[in-house]
Amino acid sequence: MKNERNKFTKGKIINIVIAVLIYILIMAALNGGMLSRQMSSLLVPICVNVMLAVSLNLITGFLGELTLGHAGFMSIGAYAGSLLTIYLDLPMYVEFIIAILVGGAVAAFFGFLIGVPVLRLRGDYLAIVTLAFGEIIKSVINVIKITNGAKGLNDIPSYSTFRNFTIVYILVILTIILIVNLVNSRHGRAIRSIRDNYIAAESVGIPVSKFKVMAFVISAFFAGVAGVVYAHNVGIIKPTTFDYNKSIEILVIVVLGGMGNIRGSIIAATILTLLPEMLRGADNLRMLIYAIVLIAMMLFNGSGAKERLISSKYFPKFLKRQKGVE
Amino acid sequence: MALLEVTNLGISFGGLRAVDNFNIKIEKGQLYGLIGPNGAGKTTIFNLLTGVYQPTDGTIALDGEVLNGKSPAQICQSGISRTFQNIRLFHEMTVLDNVKAALHNQMTYSLADTFFRLPKYRKKEDEMNRKAVEILKVFDLDSHADHLAANLPYGKQRKLEIARALATNPKLLLLDEPAAGMNPNETAELMDTIKLIRDQFDITVLLIEHDMKLVSGICEYLTVLNFGTELASGTPNVVLNNPVVITAYLGE
Ligand SMILES: Nc1ncnc2c1ncn2[C@@H]1O[C@H](COP(=O)(O)OP(=O)(O)OP(=O)(O)O)[C@@H](O)[C@H]1O
Ligand SMILES: [Mg+2]
Repeated sequence: MKNERNKFTKGKIINIVIAVLIYILIMAALNGGMLSRQMSSLLVPICVNVMLAVSLNLITGFLGELTLGHAGFMSIGAYAGSLLTIYLDLPMYVEFIIAILVGGAVAAFFGFLIGVPVLRLRGDYLAIVTLAFGEIIKSVINVIKITNGAKGLNDIPSYSTFRNFTIVYILVILTIILIVNLVNSRHGRAIRSIRDNYIAAESVGIPVSKFKVMAFVISAFFAGVAGVVYAHNVGIIKPTTFDYNKSIEILVIVVLGGMGNIRGSIIAATILTLLPEMLRGADNLRMLIYAIVLIAMMLFNGSGAKERLISSKYFPKFLKRQKGVE
Repeated sequence: MALLEVTNLGISFGGLRAVDNFNIKIEKGQLYGLIGPNGAGKTTIFNLLTGVYQPTDGTIALDGEVLNGKSPAQICQSGISRTFQNIRLFHEMTVLDNVKAALHNQMTYSLADTFFRLPKYRKKEDEMNRKAVEILKVFDLDSHADHLAANLPYGKQRKLEIARALATNPKLLLLDEPAAGMNPNETAELMDTIKLIRDQFDITVLLIEHDMKLVSGICEYLTVLNFGTELASGTPNVVLNNPVVITAYLGE
């Protein structure tokens, strides 16, 4: 087991090095003016999608439940956070940190509310209920006054644009670290054991209901945080921003990256955010190419080509998947 | 006082009376066998004992504590753990994690320890690893610790399920057809292992089995079930030679 632990810390150090390198590269490119306006403006959306995908993976990949309401949690976070920063009058960072925490907490509360019916439903039924949940949230935001109805919120301060990339990057890294820490703990083991066999999980003393709700609450929290970051990047939010298309987009990212594969979620979120924008030039072919890439990624995932590539000796070692969960 | 005391246990599924007026008393340290024809209600009794089903009648008491109305997870904490007739492993988790999942209630730390990797996390995880490997060694599975459970051969999957059940530190271990699908060599080895864990871990075992060689080889006491009720009880010698049992179950 000592060996195991050494491997573990070595992997950790490599991950930290990669994270720091990526940060340095992006900052250098930003400050050196090497990124086009379009590319710079994509940095934060990529981060938002990474947070959304990693948090959704907790429910679909690790708990093993299909949900289509993730955009609902995102919108709750976005609105709660934005209302705070619009009406509060505090220094930027203080305000933004409060908005992040409150946006996450309000979304987490709704995660708790939706987590309870989840205890009674499985599979397709759960997918339908969560889909309905997302649409209900949208409709409610559409009619109540404080959210300014269909017109949405306009004067959201730009706290998380690419000019403040550092704070956004820190939030992404924190999200990833916290979720990875969760997954590799006794709590995460309980969640994964429920996915694999909930009857056996109960039989070894794991309170299944508690951990299902816990997974929903934690996942919703980070989706809420992603919503806050999103809102303070674009400056305008409307109820229609967060419809089921957004939920499905996130689900597609998780499925393509691999269920229960955090690194896969990060890579897929990056590619699938960049791709549609890169294809903007070829406007009439855009959807076609997009679809072809999706299918290609799916085939690549399912064909065993990925496994062969990873086990080949030319494949860089630090990218190889570690045993168990990452 | 007996470790397990079940009185007048019964359950109906719609019109079907799957278990009726079932009584059993198991003493501490006993190796007890529950046998009977297919569909007699043996697995249903395990499901009643572990809270998967709630009985329509009767009481179940472990060490004097009444278990009726408790959830499966609570009953596990009270001291009953089990294996399943159709293997139910955490197949996408490693062999080590399967056992560590069963240590969930014994080596605990909080969500804060988890999220922020506080020292207690490392300490308890190390403790869990040690304990899990120790249990895996009993079943000769320690060399497979890092493999996915799904990739184990069938016989080893059965063993892992027993290892996992043991990890919950039970007073009473229920084994549902542990030798099903095993060849005679594997069965002989399993018999030694069951005796060993009874002695080494100081627990009581109730097992369901169709393999009469295993049953007569290790069980000290038997109950035969037929149509949901007790047909006969006693030492293997007496029960297996009982003409009623022979007609109803053993054939000839
Ligand atoms: N959940 C349920 N709903 C309806 N009927 C059930 C249920 N569970 C078990 N039964 C019925 O109860 C009876 C006893 O089944 P059980 O699985 O306990 O038999 P068994 O003694 O374990 O048989 P085997 O040796 O084949 O494993 C069967 O007729 C079965 O169909
Ligand atoms: Mg059975």
